[in-house]
Amino acid sequence: MVGAHPRAVVVSSRDEVLARLRAARDAGGATAPEVPREYRRTGTAPPGSPEVVDRLTETLTDYKATVHRVADEDDVSATIADILESAGVTTFVAPPGLPARWLGEVTARVRPDEPPLSVAKLDAVDAVVTGAAVAIADTGTFVLDALAPDQGRRAISLVPDHHVCVVRAADVVSSVPEGVARLDPTHPLTFVSGPSATSDIELDRVEGVHGPRRLDVVLVGPSSAPE
Amino acid sequence: MTTDLGMPTVASDPYGHLRGSESFPVAARRSLADTQLRQNLGHATRTIRAKRAGVVAEVDDWEELRRAGEGVKADVMARLPELLVQFEEAVTARGGVVHWARDAVEANRIVVDLVRGTGVEEVVKVKSMATQETGLNEALGEAGIAALETDLAELIVQLSDDRPSHFLVPAIHRNRSEIRDIFLREMPDVDPELTDEPRLLAMAARAHLRRKFLSARVGISGANFAVADTGTISVVESEGNGRMCLTLPDTLITVMGVEKIVPTWSDLEVFLQLLPRSSTGERMNPYTSTWSGVTPGDGPQTFHVVLLDNGRSNVLASPDGRQALHCIRCSACLNVCPVYERAGGHAYGSVYPGPIGAVLTPQLTGIRGTDDVSASLPYASTLCGACFDACPVRIDIPHLLVQQRAAAVDAHTRPTTQDVAMRAAAAAMSSPGRFSLVERALKLGRLIGRSGRIRSVPGPGAAAWFGARDMPTPPAETFRQWWARTRGPSS
Repeated sequence: MVGAHPRAVVVSSRDEVLARLRAARDAGGATAPEVPREYRRTGTAPPGSPEVVDRLTETLTDYKATVHRVADEDDVSATIADILESAGVTTFVAPPGLPARWLGEVTARVRPDEPPLSVAKLDAVDAVVTGAAVAIADTGTFVLDALAPDQGRRAISLVPDHHVCVVRAADVVSSVPEGVARLDPTHPLTFVSGPSATSDIELDRVEGVHGPRRLDVVLVGPSSAPE
Repeated sequence: MTTDLGMPTVASDPYGHLRGSESFPVAARRSLADTQLRQNLGHATRTIRAKRAGVVAEVDDWEELRRAGEGVKADVMARLPELLVQFEEAVTARGGVVHWARDAVEANRIVVDLVRGTGVEEVVKVKSMATQETGLNEALGEAGIAALETDLAELIVQLSDDRPSHFLVPAIHRNRSEIRDIFLREMPDVDPELTDEPRLLAMAARAHLRRKFLSARVGISGANFAVADTGTISVVESEGNGRMCLTLPDTLITVMGVEKIVPTWSDLEVFLQLLPRSSTGERMNPYTSTWSGVTPGDGPQTFHVVLLDNGRSNVLASPDGRQALHCIRCSACLNVCPVYERAGGHAYGSVYPGPIGAVLTPQLTGIRGTDDVSASLPYASTLCGACFDACPVRIDIPHLLVQQRAAAVDAHTRPTTQDVAMRAAAAAMSSPGRFSLVERALKLGRLIGRSGRIRSVPGPGAAAWFGARDMPTPPAETFRQWWARTRGPSS
């Protein structure tokens, strides 16, 4: 019959799947329930407070990131210089918009990702230095936004084996909902919680698989604990 | 040494690897005899249960999050067709291409055609339940395209020509020394001095896959969540293999079940708390990637997403049963299930094992009759309820198990021996007089059950019942007899 009719309609997969789903949805119930949202939308301490920065330090450290606390942004470059030197880093990649003041005292050779480096070149550098869009204290997470000038496209923070990430206290929130609310979902995002790890052998966590095996976080802002 | 449980042959129906090849009791009997398997599973599930309990206890609004997760998913089911259309529009507007697949066969054909169009003969894959379900690797293989699994556990399964047995850790049935042996045997460039230290095994996997990642031109992934209003897809992982596959290739193809939709970006604030804590027992998994269509200058510049039905519309039609589609594949229900812990994932036959698999698989495939192996799955449970307590989106798995048992019975075109046995039981329990007759008969069981267990008895339906169960020998005196003796002639 289909072949015989000049204007025969072949039902597309799209139409068929949608028709099936509509019929099924109507049969099973089409009333959308009210979603109970009684969970905490904001954290126990305000964003940027010494309490959340302290908590972030704990949760990052717990998942084997190395945290370096600095009081203000003037101290960042010396700290990065120390990290790179002690790790024996000779070359590292930086996103095009990384603040120049963060690298003032760094002696290792920087390779700006502009024009974009090939994958082979990224594989040949020892490290990457980036900023972060937001960090979540409850979970020990920072988020990289690929369209933010100080964070750069996703490949640069993936291929090098050592990641140094600078997080400003003002960007540290307590809870996952606060973190998610600060992000633009149309940008490619990477949530990072510690160096790469796996739980695939007997369901125990071991660090160091395909992503960067070493993770240093430079946390800029005051601490609540007396120095 | 482990028992060879056999690879499934290419499925005879369009559903891919959903329907197993033998019933649960038959397969479970064999896996129960494998002491190494039971030891591996016992160790792994004990480890993960303790980790999960620790990180869940940290979250004082856990119950509120579970209720929100349940609510969001119920809302998605009520609006699924509209949300899918919205998602399609958003992905298309951002430079992605959306495909729809009625079943596994069609999904595989779409992906094979897309990969052929690129001219490559090898693809890298992020672990994905959807492509395990469709049997995509086999379909690619038949088309001359090698699919390289990059998740560590999936790699172990692939290298040893095995089958996955868990959502999260497909090689949960293997211990560290078995993994070392597989690597030594199957990785051509591995250090012959490799020990079974997990850190070194992970490094060996890194070395093995590194060049493949850096030169891959096509990546294939699943999706954990897909946001309808922005077209954003999220992949939750640990090792960085996901980031490699999602970032470095020129072309990315994502295959996802239609139920992975969530309405808005902010819904992820719920699921990104529920999933990692329930699944790996971490506050947050090491890496979560999200992307929307194609972004000039970042990541793959060609992006396809395949929306897969493959029986999901069957499940959606059931008012209660559709809860099974709420599953976020965390595997918490597997890890707490006393049946899963002992029988292992292979015994379920389907790519979806454990409690959720036992209610999802028979709904996805439908139950075709008495002989359908999917009909045995709802019985793979003690109905203890641990799965519901662990489920981060509050799927009432015990209720669905009972419902699917009823569906299994309804599928019978003629009464089976078990139906006869159940009818006999119903008749026996319908009056006190009849019941006491049965009780007296049960005393005979003491003569049969010298070992303290009864393994079989004669009579209608008994063979079916005892096919899957032993029964303790009845006590010398029933409760009613004891009551009559000690509390006087009141009845």
